[in-house]
Amino acid sequence: MALDGTKDTAFKYVGTTPERPDGFDKVTGRARFGADMIAPGMLFGSIVRSPHAHARIVKIDTSKAEALDGVKAVVTRADFSSALECKPGMDGEIWNTLENVMAGEKALYDGHAIAAVAATSNLIARDAAKLIEVEYEILPHVTDVDLAMADDAPVIREGVTDYSVPKGMHPNVVRCHDQGHGDVEAGFAEADLVIEDHFTTEATHQGYIEPNACVATLGADGKGEVWCSTQGHWNVQKVCAALLDLETSQLRVTASEIGGGFGGKTTVFVEPVALALSRKANKPVKMVMTRAEVFRATGPTASTSMDVKIGMKKDGTITAAKGVFRLQGGAFPGAPCEFTAMCAFAPYNLANVHQTGYDVMSNRPKQAAYRAPGSPMAAFAVESVIDELCNQLGLDPIDVRLKNASHEGTRASYGPKFERIGLVETLEEAKAHPHYSAPLAEGQGRGVSCGFWFNHGGETSVSMAMSEDGSAQIMVGTPDIGGSRASMALMAAEVLGIPYDTIRCTIADTASLGYNEISHGSRVTYASGLAVIKSANAIVKELCRRAAAKWDIDADAVIWEDGYAKPSGPNAGDFEPLHIAEITATMGATGGPINGHFEATPEGAGVSFATHIVDAEVDKETGATKVVRYTVVQDAGKAIHPTYVEGQYQGGAAQGIGWALNEEYIYGEDGRLQNAGFLDYRIPVASDLPMIDTVIVEVPNPGHPFGVRGVGETSICPPLAAIANAVSAAAGVRMRNLPMSPPRILAALDAKSG
Amino acid sequence: MVEVQLWSGLRALVDGKSSVQVEAKTVGEVLTGLVKAYPALQGPIDAGVSVAVDGRIIASALNEPVHPDSEVVLMQRLKGG
Amino acid sequence: MSKIHVTTKINGDTVEFLCDPRETVLDVLRDRLGLTGAKEGCGTGDCGACSVTLDGRLVCSCLVLGAEADGKEIGTVEGIAQGEDLHPLQEKFIEYAALQCGICTPGILVAAKSLLEKNPDPTEEQVRYWLAGNLCRCTGYDKIIRAVMDTAADLREAS
Repeated sequence: MALDGTKDTAFKYVGTTPERPDGFDKVTGRARFGADMIAPGMLFGSIVRSPHAHARIVKIDTSKAEALDGVKAVVTRADFSSALECKPGMDGEIWNTLENVMAGEKALYDGHAIAAVAATSNLIARDAAKLIEVEYEILPHVTDVDLAMADDAPVIREGVTDYSVPKGMHPNVVRCHDQGHGDVEAGFAEADLVIEDHFTTEATHQGYIEPNACVATLGADGKGEVWCSTQGHWNVQKVCAALLDLETSQLRVTASEIGGGFGGKTTVFVEPVALALSRKANKPVKMVMTRAEVFRATGPTASTSMDVKIGMKKDGTITAAKGVFRLQGGAFPGAPCEFTAMCAFAPYNLANVHQTGYDVMSNRPKQAAYRAPGSPMAAFAVESVIDELCNQLGLDPIDVRLKNASHEGTRASYGPKFERIGLVETLEEAKAHPHYSAPLAEGQGRGVSCGFWFNHGGETSVSMAMSEDGSAQIMVGTPDIGGSRASMALMAAEVLGIPYDTIRCTIADTASLGYNEISHGSRVTYASGLAVIKSANAIVKELCRRAAAKWDIDADAVIWEDGYAKPSGPNAGDFEPLHIAEITATMGATGGPINGHFEATPEGAGVSFATHIVDAEVDKETGATKVVRYTVVQDAGKAIHPTYVEGQYQGGAAQGIGWALNEEYIYGEDGRLQNAGFLDYRIPVASDLPMIDTVIVEVPNPGHPFGVRGVGETSICPPLAAIANAVSAAAGVRMRNLPMSPPRILAALDAKSG
Repeated sequence: MVEVQLWSGLRALVDGKSSVQVEAKTVGEVLTGLVKAYPALQGPIDAGVSVAVDGRIIASALNEPVHPDSEVVLMQRLKGG
Repeated sequence: MSKIHVTTKINGDTVEFLCDPRETVLDVLRDRLGLTGAKEGCGTGDCGACSVTLDGRLVCSCLVLGAEADGKEIGTVEGIAQGEDLHPLQEKFIEYAALQCGICTPGILVAAKSLLEKNPDPTEEQVRYWLAGNLCRCTGYDKIIRAVMDTAADLREAS
């Protein structure tokens, strides 16, 4: 998108921190989330799930369930579209989605949906689910990424490997991304020290506190309605229509308040199943996942096995870097191996770099996006090796990163040259921060890491309307996952020159606005924000035109300032400024309603960088780690609502702390998930964490009128490595496997002393 | 002519080259030009690509302009979480 | 299975309901009484999103059977505000951005109010441990802890 030339103006509303419009509803219990909707006469749905990691479905007997009093419908795969095709790589994604929400011939992981039932109460639905008898022929399974690539691994599904995979690899390797420039071998030869190391990370779950939930209605007339907790309701509309052979426009989807998503609610799980049950029962159906279902059957992130090799000169110059990243993404293609590879070395200006990513299938649930998908794991491996090089060469970790940092004009490790970016600024702020020079106590270590994420624009529609009293309403199509309704209203207030409180921003349903891509890729403040600014600009233009007509002067001779139309200068004429409310009060009689709208796929999201500093303390007797101090420094481009930007920084850091120290999917020999609950899958609690300090760096994005860059995802990229570097320093041993749970730390200490 | 840089995983499909020259004024014409010159590129392009033009990553818009002196880099399609 | 008749007080009002012996207080509140402020995040007492008070004691309503509420008083998030006046904790949570998605907020408010009634001058560590049973995935707890500490300070000053 072109610049609007407004960047140098002083902001009146942008950069202030008013209260969020959804705050009152959320503190009083009035806010309505996915499971809070009640439809007259609604039924409750429940899903039967496979207890096996890999099994052929021989027979499903639903007769006993159907005979139970109160049961109104039972569905299996036969009740979904038969028109979709399994294809290689990502070409088959729509079929993959269907296969994931309702198994076909095989159960592909512990928790895979096999059948579903709807009944007059939740208890009856669950009782009925237990009466559905499934006969399985158990097949060999594999859940580990390296074992899934081995010659003797069971094949999850033949024929899904795409063009990119080198010949001779196991059929479970379904996609490959290979990229680089320069000559890495020559680069390694120039280095004074080369370190190559192997790293692993376990699958973690987004851990949103609100389980996936929906209420769906579908009639035999092919018309339906869905209320659901989702990051993207147009995507729900499109995918559900395809899975159920409906016309897309006949399905109206409304996004509820969303109780956390973090990437995990960018796809569908219960929605198409509830629709299928509703069609059969001819009644609304509510489906709410249990927490165990959320863990077993919704998308965790990929687990990884990674090799990274970096060469450095004594002065800290990196001469070459190479990485191989293997990602296990469950029983379907889609593990974000290309992002892991492309993000891995992006912070550094490298003449010689080569990165390879592999997308590997195993008998686990289909991975879903999780906040900067693929990037945090790459940063963990790469930034750990850089830390070790700094240690062995006696160099300061921030100085070394500054020396090699990418900047405007640097050829990125993923190909193109960078536009204006803010990595150097984050490093300089980190170096100057009191945290970096504060003394450490006995038993503590300090770690530093950089992180990178692309950010995204995406298809966007926004509509805005003036009311007669001069207040305004905005309709956006991107579910509010981080306070975006406040940011949208701030940007509109800035352009219209009216107070923040006079603007109401609503998340429109799919029948009320044009197509909007999912709230993902940290795109909302950037893309919906840009569309809000453009819509408001259209309204301002019309307001000026109405004033010009009233004054009988040329529209070009009217300017808009702080909520008033004014003559542009003495030559334009001498008129009293007209307030926005004076113009809107008569809009019906002066040309009709005054509205603005904007539709585009804005292509200037602007990449973003962060630098984190962590102090950690390790108890060498128990292996327990405590994060004692944490500082996030990140480039926001321009912070529209600085407090909510801080919230994104703090939230990303906290999730990263969980990923680094505790969280992991644990599978037994039988291929079953052993910790499908918050007691055994331990996300950080209040007593685990310190205050999380933040520094907002603002290096404007040239692709946004106000300079906005996305901020939601980059904050989870540095923590894994920063914490690993701090823990390694505190424990005196390099930690190469996440999570750094007490048993792993004790084992590493034992291996060192033994 | 516009020079389009390819990621190394695509080299096997374009006779080992690291870049391909195409006649194009838009991102869309870059993609059709690539497939015309090397039909084997249809698969990866269908699987999803973005195009960086002078450092700006065009995630999906085919109507974005390119110039003969533009730096044009084919990338994997971008999305997020 | 026959249903059980239960008489309770919820947020000060007398409420009667019939429930299945297997239904929890949370099931009853949400599915029978339309009080959807308490949220189900886990159903196993691990996340605290369903926190309510039972005769003044902080509990996970998913771990208490509906039948056990007979003769008892239940306090939920819907009862925290007095008429149109928000409780100071509610005001401070909005002001401090101590909520993002808001799904954990009802439980955290009920728990924090319960803390301040017992201990009007908690240390940061005491607030963190008291709220350790209330999971929040969005905020990293920083702004929540600050909001509770500052509300406590304000209430002490006002009393």
